[in-house]
Amino acid sequence: MKVTLWGTRGSLAAAGPETVRYGGNTSCVEVRGDDGTVLVLDAGTGIRRLGGTLGSIASVDILLTHLHMDHLQGLGFFAPLYQPGLEVHIWGPPSSTLNLQQRLLRYLSPPLFPVRLRELPCRLTLHDVPLGRFRIGGLDLEADLVCHPGPTVGYRITAGETPVTYIPDHEPALGVQHFPSEPAWTSGFALARGAALLIHDAQYADEDYPRFVGWGHSAIRDVLAFARLAGVQRLMTFHHNPGYSDDDLDRLLEAARRTRPPFQILPGREGFTLEL
Amino acid sequence: MIQKPIELILMRQLASYLATPIMIADHERTLLYFNPTAEAILGRRFAETQEMRLEEWMQALPLYDEMGQFIPPEERPLPTVLRERRPVHRRLRLRGSAGDLRLIEATVLPLEGQGGRHLGGVIIFWELDQP
Repeated sequence: MKVTLWGTRGSLAAAGPETVRYGGNTSCVEVRGDDGTVLVLDAGTGIRRLGGTLGSIASVDILLTHLHMDHLQGLGFFAPLYQPGLEVHIWGPPSSTLNLQQRLLRYLSPPLFPVRLRELPCRLTLHDVPLGRFRIGGLDLEADLVCHPGPTVGYRITAGETPVTYIPDHEPALGVQHFPSEPAWTSGFALARGAALLIHDAQYADEDYPRFVGWGHSAIRDVLAFARLAGVQRLMTFHHNPGYSDDDLDRLLEAARRTRPPFQILPGREGFTLEL
Repeated sequence: MIQKPIELILMRQLASYLATPIMIADHERTLLYFNPTAEAILGRRFAETQEMRLEEWMQALPLYDEMGQFIPPEERPLPTVLRERRPVHRRLRLRGSAGDLRLIEATVLPLEGQGGRHLGGVIIFWELDQP
């Protein structure tokens, strides 16, 4: 399985000279199975560049964690959507009020976007993500709701015996008096347990977090505690604060490493690829 | 179960902050939690009971109607809510730790998750007269 980061920024794209090393595009991760299965995790602005690199494929599955704009904004610019006959599946979290098509249309229709979903020439299928286990191509997936405003899922993707967990927007410490508490009562634990790679929200420095409690994102100390509780092998920091420069993120990562966690910390940098 | 559903996790967190007496059960008939305000009325501490099968709980804490008549376990509000997935509101009496019958008013709601998942029930109650 090969994991490539195409967008690592949270909340809002942040292009500029101060973000060139970690990247300014919003959430998008490509996961390729050994059998050629292509999964795209979220459709932030990073998905545009990914769309130009996919080459000859028969199908692609886009798995949305939720429908906040930073996870959706690039969708209309994903080249495979305009490829006649190509099979494209879009998966999103279920909602008790509107189905996925109705919710996507709020963005993919005028006046916000000139092209309507029904005008796309690809063979598009929309799915509510099953909350539980399912399979796409040669990859086993598990989806579960996690603590973030509005219906939001995380994904656990397993190839053989190697699980990769993706929870880009997550505030598991919200309301917990002594975090982390028991695993059974910790949001996201089942998805992250024993992961070879955990790609996780790390939006705030500890000193910034108190002003944003309840916004659905994590302080770095809580991310480290969550990864330790889950017993992961590698933690990749993700969903970087759009207000943080490369130097800010270097300092954040360095401070995290100084805590000597029992797992490897990888900085979530746009363009980074990891073979697992 | 490796981890409780997020809806139950958030419900427990909310209950732990509220001063309204609250109890939470899952759809498999396990009493998962009651908060400190509920402890004071029930005469039991959650730290001592921990999670418990509903059958065991109902045996430990009999309930009575307003007139003091015993309510059979399956006619109590929570089993009804878990079985029929509808809310129940009722006045009840329970025996406090001092042996007195205390009058409470309880609303029990089914907890329904996204994707049509039946997760359990929550009991929100209030004591009507002080012993």
